[in-house]
Amino acid sequence: MPESARALFRPPFRNYQLDGAYDEMFEGPGIPRPHYQALFQTLLGLPPEEMRKSQQAADLSFLHQGITFTVYGNEEGTERVFPNDLLPRIIPNHEWRKIENGLTQRITALNLFLEDVYHRGRILTDGVVPRELVYSCRHFRREMRGLTVPRGIYISVCGTDLVRLPDGSFAVLEDNLRVPSGVSYMLANRKVLKKVFPTLFRDYGVCPVDHYAQALLGTLRALSPPNSSGRHEPTVVLLTPGVFNSAYFEHTFLAQQMGIELVEGRDLLVHDNVVYMRTTAGLRRVDVICRRVDDDFLDPLCFRRDSSLGVPGLFNAYRAGNVMLANAIGTGIADDKALYAYVPAIIRYYLGEDPILASVQTYLLTDRAQREHVLEHLDQLVVKAVGESGGYGMLIGPQSTAEQREEFRQRIQAEPRNYIAQPTLSLSRAPCFLDGEAQARHVDLRPYTLYGENVTLVPGGLTRVALRRGSLVVNSSQGGGSKDTWVLRA
Amino acid sequence: MLSRVADSLYWMSRYLERAVHTARLLDVDFQLRLDQSPESSAGRWLRLLEASQAPAPADGKIDATTLTHILTLDKTNPSSIISCVAAARENLRQVREQCSSEMWEQLNRLYLQVNSTTSTEAWLLHSYVFFRAVQEGAHLFQGLTDSTMTHGEGWQYIQLGRFVERTDALARLIGPHFTRLHNSLDQAVESEEYLEWVGLLKSCAAFEAYCKTYTAEVRPLRVAEFLLLNPSFPHSVRFSVDMVHASLTAIGELTGRKAEQPVRLAGRLCANLSFSHIDEIMASGANAFVEGIRWQCAQVHNAIHQVYFDYPVESALAP
Repeated sequence: MPESARALFRPPFRNYQLDGAYDEMFEGPGIPRPHYQALFQTLLGLPPEEMRKSQQAADLSFLHQGITFTVYGNEEGTERVFPNDLLPRIIPNHEWRKIENGLTQRITALNLFLEDVYHRGRILTDGVVPRELVYSCRHFRREMRGLTVPRGIYISVCGTDLVRLPDGSFAVLEDNLRVPSGVSYMLANRKVLKKVFPTLFRDYGVCPVDHYAQALLGTLRALSPPNSSGRHEPTVVLLTPGVFNSAYFEHTFLAQQMGIELVEGRDLLVHDNVVYMRTTAGLRRVDVICRRVDDDFLDPLCFRRDSSLGVPGLFNAYRAGNVMLANAIGTGIADDKALYAYVPAIIRYYLGEDPILASVQTYLLTDRAQREHVLEHLDQLVVKAVGESGGYGMLIGPQSTAEQREEFRQRIQAEPRNYIAQPTLSLSRAPCFLDGEAQARHVDLRPYTLYGENVTLVPGGLTRVALRRGSLVVNSSQGGGSKDTWVLRA
Repeated sequence: MLSRVADSLYWMSRYLERAVHTARLLDVDFQLRLDQSPESSAGRWLRLLEASQAPAPADGKIDATTLTHILTLDKTNPSSIISCVAAARENLRQVREQCSSEMWEQLNRLYLQVNSTTSTEAWLLHSYVFFRAVQEGAHLFQGLTDSTMTHGEGWQYIQLGRFVERTDALARLIGPHFTRLHNSLDQAVESEEYLEWVGLLKSCAAFEAYCKTYTAEVRPLRVAEFLLLNPSFPHSVRFSVDMVHASLTAIGELTGRKAEQPVRLAGRLCANLSFSHIDEIMASGANAFVEGIRWQCAQVHNAIHQVYFDYPVESALAP
């Protein structure tokens, strides 16, 4: 940036830099976008010392509340505070409406796809999605064939990762249809920001998010057919893998907010295809399980035998229709990173509509021509393992070493189905308060979609931040943080 | 309520009570040490280790620094303050959706505070500040529990854990005093011995309450009567046992289970303390009496476990 442009930035933006990426706050050097104007003015008038104090107070309150996640690959049970940044990310209402419509369309189509794949498989017969792609997916569950799920809802909860491209449009980066997490941080961030910027928050007219837990409970209850067991209210529980899971805080938080029991596998048992929980007053029947345990670990009789997190016999109870699971088993095929390339076609096939939200160009490495192209351009592309999440198993071409590229080249050639490649995206950047000043960092957005009686999105989501300078990886396990997301009412 | 949750609340409460108890013992010891010769302190330290069920040093020698370290910050000793607070917090973390946010935050804060303490010479000199902080932190937690949590089943398990632990800890503390210091039971004691008896009372947070009841004249028989049989002092064995009984009765009603066993055992223990006279207890041996209390208390604990936490599924499925 030329010196003249730099001078246009005043503290705390003195060292703020724009580059090729879309900047959420500034449309030009020193010129904020209209919906960021008020925040910009507030920050100019705010002594850095005060911001620092607020940040410390926020960090301390996260620590005391134990809003932590567990880092794997480290000493077991290492708890870390999820870093939170105090500058909100602001989304104008018209942009949000597009996101909302786009995600509603997407979850509807993906849900129809799952129902189809596990029943007649029309889309496979018609050759829109290759049969072998579905059947070779690690998350395809043969056991689900022909099983009818209540209301035909496979995906009750979905967290979709969106990125903003340099032209300012949002694109879907990936869908999380198995056990999407992070929503508790969305709610925790909001609570903190309301304390730090009360007046600004009120004046901005921000859509509330606090009703998320209630909406989720409604979604879960919708799964239980009325009077299924001759009782009025279904018993809903949240199944957690336990205290060592990285998202344990979230599980306790959601259970508390919804007012339902948080159970572990050892609290449940199946007798005569009915699921019970072990209470001090004896056994109590369970109707709906919101599960945060992966398919593989749900039932040692049916899936992984070495699982101690699951409930023996759970799948049979599920097949018998005596218990509902959210999300359903086998939804992982629809968020397989290779299948992702077919989502636009899936939307057109079932809904006869064009996708509202763009997708990112994806190279399928099972295709020879595409594979060769990718292998030649490994230094420019991002390679991802199809079944992984959390930022594990990734190669970011431009930031990789020759050895890493060689390693991925061999892995790809050994198992082409296991990887996909995408262009390195320039994620949009937003100001974060770091080292006493505002600095630009890459961000994404994960809104949460609920599919019950109808599709609901709580306006907002988790804005994840790559806190390391220049980093493009926003995952909490890889040095990411988060910030509050303000969707404006008008 | 889930059995696992009840189990965690019960143990969380027991561990916290254990931590406070140890902190109080060390606090009292710290003050006593200032008035005593090192020789007379050593005997008390060994008793302290025994009462805390901590491993005694192999050579039988102990000094104030080692004692303080073993009982406070030694993570290898499962009954040290740091281990107990960590265990209490871990138990609550597993059921944190069951308690109020205020409770969780307070226990988490106490844990972070204890966990960030390092044992230095300066710290050892002023360790009473730490003992006070642990006691106050736990009292604050107890207050928050009583004022922010529904006094339902979960709360009753917390009460239960607290008073089962207290009964056992009091019994362990009182017993040895009467085997080793049994001269002139019904006469006022003096000098070194006086300090020991006052120490015992203070270890049970009972000195001021004792003085209000019996004046400042310290007689072992009265001390025994006060700590074992007083019906309204919260750190007496009888009071603790009454609370255990009350909680078990409440839980029995709340769960609607036919849980005669725990209530019956606790009731018998209550009766034992309500209808005993201190002279009889002394005549038949205070230590044996106290051991009997501990044994019965362990039976109550086992019965709670079998009826509420870990019952056989077959019995629960039977109509």
